[in-house]
Amino acid sequence: MDSKIDHIKEQLMSGRITRREFAQRLMVLGIAGTSAGTLLTWAEKTQAAGKRGGRLRAGIAHGSTTDTLDPATYENGYMSKINYAIHNHLGEVDHTGNMAPELAESWDAQNGAKTWVFNLRRGVEFHNGKTLDSDDVIASFQHHMGETKSPAKSLLKQVKSIRKDGKYTVVFELSGGNADFPFVASDYHIAIKQAWDGGKISPNDGIGTGPYVLKDMEMGVRFFGTRNPNYFKSDRGWFNELEMLSIVDPTARSNALATGEVDVIDRVDLKTAHLLARKSGIKVEETTGTKHYTFPMRTDTSPFDDNNVRLALKHAVNRDEIVEKVLFGHGVVGNDHPIAPSQPFHAATLAQRTYDPDKARFYAKKAGGIKVKLSAADAAFPGAVDAAVLYKEHAAAAGIEIEVVREPSDGYWSNVWMKKPWGACYWGGRPTEDWMFSTAYMGGASWNDTFWKNDRFDKLLIEARAETNQAKRREMYFEMQKIVSDKGGVVVPMFANYVFGTSDKVAHGTMAGNWDLDGDKFHERWWYS
Amino acid sequence: MIHILKIVTQRFALGLLTLFAISLIITFGVELLPGDLAEAILGQGATPETVKVFRTELGLDKPAHLRYLSWLYGMATGDMGVSLANKREISELIGIRLSNTIFLGGFAAAISIPLALFLGILAALYRNTLYDRVVNTFTLTSISFPEFFVAYILILFFAIKLGWFPGISNVSTNLSLGDKLYRSMLPAATLTLVVVAHMMRMTRAAIINLLASPYIEMVRLKGISPMKIILRHALPNALAPIVNVVAINLAYLVVGVVIVEVVFVYPGLGQLMVDSVSKRDIPVVQACSMIFASVYILLNLSADIISIVTNPRLLHPR
Repeated sequence: MDSKIDHIKEQLMSGRITRREFAQRLMVLGIAGTSAGTLLTWAEKTQAAGKRGGRLRAGIAHGSTTDTLDPATYENGYMSKINYAIHNHLGEVDHTGNMAPELAESWDAQNGAKTWVFNLRRGVEFHNGKTLDSDDVIASFQHHMGETKSPAKSLLKQVKSIRKDGKYTVVFELSGGNADFPFVASDYHIAIKQAWDGGKISPNDGIGTGPYVLKDMEMGVRFFGTRNPNYFKSDRGWFNELEMLSIVDPTARSNALATGEVDVIDRVDLKTAHLLARKSGIKVEETTGTKHYTFPMRTDTSPFDDNNVRLALKHAVNRDEIVEKVLFGHGVVGNDHPIAPSQPFHAATLAQRTYDPDKARFYAKKAGGIKVKLSAADAAFPGAVDAAVLYKEHAAAAGIEIEVVREPSDGYWSNVWMKKPWGACYWGGRPTEDWMFSTAYMGGASWNDTFWKNDRFDKLLIEARAETNQAKRREMYFEMQKIVSDKGGVVVPMFANYVFGTSDKVAHGTMAGNWDLDGDKFHERWWYS
Repeated sequence: MIHILKIVTQRFALGLLTLFAISLIITFGVELLPGDLAEAILGQGATPETVKVFRTELGLDKPAHLRYLSWLYGMATGDMGVSLANKREISELIGIRLSNTIFLGGFAAAISIPLALFLGILAALYRNTLYDRVVNTFTLTSISFPEFFVAYILILFFAIKLGWFPGISNVSTNLSLGDKLYRSMLPAATLTLVVVAHMMRMTRAAIINLLASPYIEMVRLKGISPMKIILRHALPNALAPIVNVVAINLAYLVVGVVIVEVVFVYPGLGQLMVDSVSKRDIPVVQACSMIFASVYILLNLSADIISIVTNPRLLHPR
């Protein structure tokens, strides 16, 4: 019993569980009364709520002079972190991967999840003092609908109409049921901004309801903000000032942290992560999220239209070695479907596909021999070329010939991805199973990079989306993961961790893994100890 | 005097022609690169539909030569245009970066030019001694290493081990001059190490070359001290080649510092240009390259003028 208590104590201290989960686990262990009280007081002290003050300085691996504050153009980690510093969304993904209310206080599905009613939080103020109401929310959504370049446009195609029902209620009518709509409506692009005269937002004004007020910004160089004194979350946004520098070069980023010029960096260079961790005063931490690296095959192109070829290649890769050598152990092996182990409907019972040259040889023989080209560039993911070369060696043992074609990183996404028959790709992942599958696996989806179509899969996808019975949903998503793994066109060798470095003065609770640095909300959730 | 004016006007005209040629090469060079701004910015999000909307919004659906002509017209009337990516005025965008670059270049020049002249003169004075060899070996070593390596060595010792200077140069506009100098110490030192050898060697060679001439022998026979010989009699005649080398290095300090900027996260013009090339933001690339080219042309022009003015034979040609 004592060892179990020690174990959960340790989990609490390392931030892997929260105080509430700690209390629940004590209850599971049958501890109640005074001893539980003592432990909970201890927990209270250990994981004391944040402390106010200080200036947080972060070095971020993205950022370019060509960035803009317009939410419809956010595409890199730097702008995403600025987005979460100055804006809020209807909901936010919490550390358990669930959707928690943010600017919406609550929501409610009606009519088979076809009608969604969002009740807005009252008394939330924008940085300029205006109070949030339903007109702002509607204008913010409309910015991503119709004639727009916003990547959220395809997500919002399912929205038939948005209307307000009073000052603090917004009603969405969808063309089909979607039990996960709150996730969609909280996509990071859909920042809630103020509706100006004419019912439109002013996309570049930099004004939101978020924890930090934008004071000074030079694109691709520096962001500076101060704490929003009227922030509606009393237990968030601890730092008085926030400074984020764009430091794209990995060595410069490590230097900045090592010399104390910044307190937090993201994307630690995996090759030297262990050396950085050795330096006193610095912690290297990681979260496992939905980020995964893939090798998509075009199933509409020979020879990948033959499932035997796909199966042979799926068996011909040594995932463990790739995780070890490309990710330096900072990740887990994938099972040829895009659902991460941390996600609620992950099919843990599905047998893990392993490196099996005999099986690969068997399928290759059925396909009449395999000789293919694999296009890779490090633009797809860091180490993509190395991973492809390892893949080639693994497959050679099964008599499969892979020629690795090194493509230029410039223009990779336009000229190689979804153009060449077999390439490398990365996905930041999506918070829900439905979202991930609809984005890249549904027949005809615009990012379906395997050009794969499976009728049973598509049918299940639509059904599961509107299904509100969780047990039934789980069953459907399990089957879909199995279909993708056995018949799909994608090899998913690994899920990569987010690895970041902080000064040991920075403290935090349990971290979210949906994006880098605590769901890109480190500035709102962390504090100086 | 008229002679000089003639040369200057000629050079200016040639300079303008060069700028025009460069703008053509840059524009169509970037145009040849795969992809355009819409695809580069949207990245993985570049579906045919979003790309089309974005292109129309940017005016990228018009043919390249029309876009070039309208840019040329704007440039001729003093309007650099706006960045395609974020719609900001390019003059405003470049202003801060250019002043940062000039600040760093000026700082490095203020250290390196006197240092190079001083070391070079001493090396000429004490040529072939131990001092001469040590200085030569040291400067040639530092110029032979790639810049980023020199930078990392400086960071290792002065930022990590000793902690004297910051490892990155976080210079924002509202810093005091002292703070700015302190924070850009290491990049300036890196640049100094990289450029000093060239100027130092040229100073030394030019002076030694003159020391062999008959008039110096005459001076020496008059019994004047070696230091005075060099400063009074050799140096003025050696200025032309030295000024030329200094001009080339000054130009380098402005246009060639992108690697140092990346290593020290210094927000200069080089990073802006690299960002813009990778995003295919052609108007910004053009503006940057025009500035870089003008710096080269102007510095070379002034080097020529200085060498003419300091050389009576050129100043009053027969």
